[in-house]
This record gives sequence, structure tokens and C-alpha cells, in this order.
Amino acid sequence: MSWAWFHRFASPPWVYGFAARWTPWFGGAALLAMLWALYAGLVLAPPDYQQKDAFRIVYIHAPSATLSMAVYTTMAIAAAVGLIWRMKVAHAVAAACAPIGAWFTVATLGTGMLWGKPMWGAYWVWDPRLTSELVLLFLYFGYMGLRAGIEDPVKADKASALLAIVGIVNIPIIHYSVTWWNSLHQAPTRLLGKADMVWPMVWPLLLMFLAFFLFFGTVLLIRLRAELLRRERNASWIREVLA
Amino acid sequence: MKTGSLDVARLVIARDLRLAFRKPSQLLQPLMFFMIVATLFPLTLTPEMSRLRDAAPGVLWVGALLSSLLALEFLFREDAQDGTLEQFALSGQSLTWMLFAKTCVHWLLTGLPLALSAPVAAVGLGVPAEAMWSVVASVALGGFALSLIGAISAGLTLGARRGGVLLSLLTLPLAVPILVFGADATHRAITGGDIGPPMQLLGAIAVLGVTLAPLAASAAVRIGLE
Repeated sequence: MSWAWFHRFASPPWVYGFAARWTPWFGGAALLAMLWALYAGLVLAPPDYQQKDAFRIVYIHAPSATLSMAVYTTMAIAAAVGLIWRMKVAHAVAAACAPIGAWFTVATLGTGMLWGKPMWGAYWVWDPRLTSELVLLFLYFGYMGLRAGIEDPVKADKASALLAIVGIVNIPIIHYSVTWWNSLHQAPTRLLGKADMVWPMVWPLLLMFLAFFLFFGTVLLIRLRAELLRRERNASWIREVLA
Repeated sequence: MKTGSLDVARLVIARDLRLAFRKPSQLLQPLMFFMIVATLFPLTLTPEMSRLRDAAPGVLWVGALLSSLLALEFLFREDAQDGTLEQFALSGQSLTWMLFAKTCVHWLLTGLPLALSAPVAAVGLGVPAEAMWSVVASVALGGFALSLIGAISAGLTLGARRGGVLLSLLTLPLAVPILVFGADATHRAITGGDIGPPMQLLGAIAVLGVTLAPLAASAAVRIGLE
């Protein structure tokens, strides 16, 4: 098998062009999927027998929560690739991931608080999953803080990559330690197989997951291009691309 | 003649202890900070002993965590500035092993004294006398795990202009499990419960820390030295 397809990803000009080509496709697909899923989730899906219409916030809350963790994983993998194979582009991907993941975490906490008020009677409770999500936000802050605190870009890339890897080893330990400490959040809902939700509620949610992943892809490609422009601002290919 | 790893560890430990005892004020600062933090709680919360007793695990652990963070700033920074760490890295000996020895000294000079002085603060918080040994044991074990985690962030912030707040920002999220189990052990000690399970979990975290943290710390220091 030829590895040429992989090696191309090490070249900033090629990745810049790749990101530029794919941004409209990802963006268009994300927009279509999100509008369709929003209509299905807010209008077509039946109200919950217990939570009535308030349950519909799940269509934003659950995908945000999944993405907040998926983006951290993506960031840590990109960071590890950058550290092991010394790929500049991989470090740029990791750098581009951090703010997106932090915003997904904020969205998860925000929608969770809005949901918690009518359901639990309080905006915030010290439940394990809320607490681990908050700690995840602090991990993102730490990552971005370390990146911003080191002036030398090569050192900043490597040090923050190491932190991302240390963080991903720690996330399960943090999660289980707080689970053991206190629990109120509902158990994860099974969507497929012996499902806890009925199909008319489930499919808009699955579609929304897809929409969120596509949205993440779109924003990542845009941020990656900005990151590459900033990093390679003295390279000659920038002039050709922007001309 | 090749120097064995135990000799290397002994030399690093002896050097760090000697240097530390030449600056006794720096050695006492975390302890005094801990005492002041513990004094602030009765002043702000309530002077009533029964209510302070409920808050005692939190006060002791937050105090211990903040004071060990304060001391973390000195773990590698001075040695990085005067070139000692560079010589360590070039010595042909395992940098991981030498940094592990340094981290142990850091615990001996901050974690252990904090644990030993915890009863003084605990008396003021209404902790019963028979719980003292368990309080000391939990803070000592948790402090060791904290020093190991802290060594990673101390190494990572070497490249930054100033450690300070950044060091705390990196360490605190990683220290959550230690804080949860440590405070639980102290709480059980005060209420007369079985401290076994949280102590075993703290021990497990410390063992994991001994295995992985020095590797991560030496990788971080190498990045900082480049």
C-alpha cells in the first residue's frame, strides 16, 4: 500500500488547498443536516410523557457533550502525531481544535443548566458528569493557556502536545473519581438496540450528531487554514495562494 | 567507573537537600501559607467547632494543595535557569530517574512537613485527637501523588516566561482525583469511618504517578531545555 496519501498531509500548502476545497462541502452538508434535524427534533418528534417539550434541549445538549469529548480526543491524537512524527500540520490541527472544543464544552454546560432548572429545580448541581465536564473545560483552558504562555512556537507546540496526552490519560481517572464521589445525572440513554427512546425521537438526535460532527469539520477546516496562514506567514507559497 | 542509578539518586537527593537547607525561609513559606489559610476559615466561616469539623477535610486539602502549588514553582525553575538541568540531561544518566529523585525531595521538603503540621491546623478545626494519625497519613500519601503530578506541569511551564498562575491552571484539573479521594479519607477519619478504600485508591494513583509522571516530566523538561 502506498503511503503517499498520508505524506501529503505533512505539507502545509497541500493541506491549505485541501481545507479550502472541502470547507464548502462540509459547511453545506452541516447546514442541511442541522436544519433538517432541528425541524425534526423541534416539530416532528413527539413531546416526552414526563419532561414534555423541555426534553427537546437534548438535541443540542447531547451532541455538544459528545463533541466536547470527541474534540479533545482529536486534539490529543493530532498532538501525539505531531510529537511522534514531527508533523507541523498535526500541531496546527491540535491548536485549531482547542477553542472549538472549549466552546462545545461551554455549550454543553449552558444547555445543561437551562435543562437542569425545570428538571432538577436548580441551574447547577455537583453531579459527576457536570463536574467532569467543568474539569474538561479547565483542561482546555490549561492547554490554551500553556500554548499562549510559551513564546517559541516550536516549544509551545511540543509542550502543549505533551499536556494534551497527559490530559487524555487523566480524563478517565477524573471521570471515575467524581462518579464515585456523587451521582444525580440520569444514566446514559440507550439509542439503539433495546432503546430507551422511541424511534421518532431518536432519528432526529442521530441526525443532529451527524450535523454536529460536520459542523466541527467545517470549523476545524476554517481554523486550520487561519492557523497555517499564521504559522507559515513567511513562506513563499502563501504569496502564491493569496495572489 | 560507571555510577550506578542508586548512587545518582543519592547524589541528587543530597544536593537538593543541602541547597534547600541553605534557604530555610523558602522552606518554611509553604508551611506558613498553609497555617494562614487554615486560620482564615474560622474567621470567615464560623468559630463554632461542630461546623468547622464538617468543613475540616476541605480546608485541610485545599490548603495543602495551594501550598504545595506554591512550592512547585521552585521545583525546576532555579535549576533550569542556572543550567543544572541541562547538565543533568547531558550527564548520560537517566533524566527520568534524576527528576524522580528531585520530585521525592520536593515531597520530603513540602508534602511531608505539610502532613506533619496538619494536626496543628486540624486541632483548630475541631478534629478529634484520635483521628490525627489518619489525617497525617492521608495528607502525606496524597501529597506524594500531588508532587508527582506537579512535576509534569512544572516541567511544562519551564518554557513559559512565568510559571505562576499557569502552573496552577495546569495542575489543578489533573489533581481532582487526588483531592476527591484525599478529602474523603480525611472525612472518614474525622467521622470515625473506615479510611481503607480511599487510601487504597490514593495509593493506586500514587503508584500510577510513580510509573508515568517521571517519564512525562523528563519529556517536558527536555522540551523546555531545547
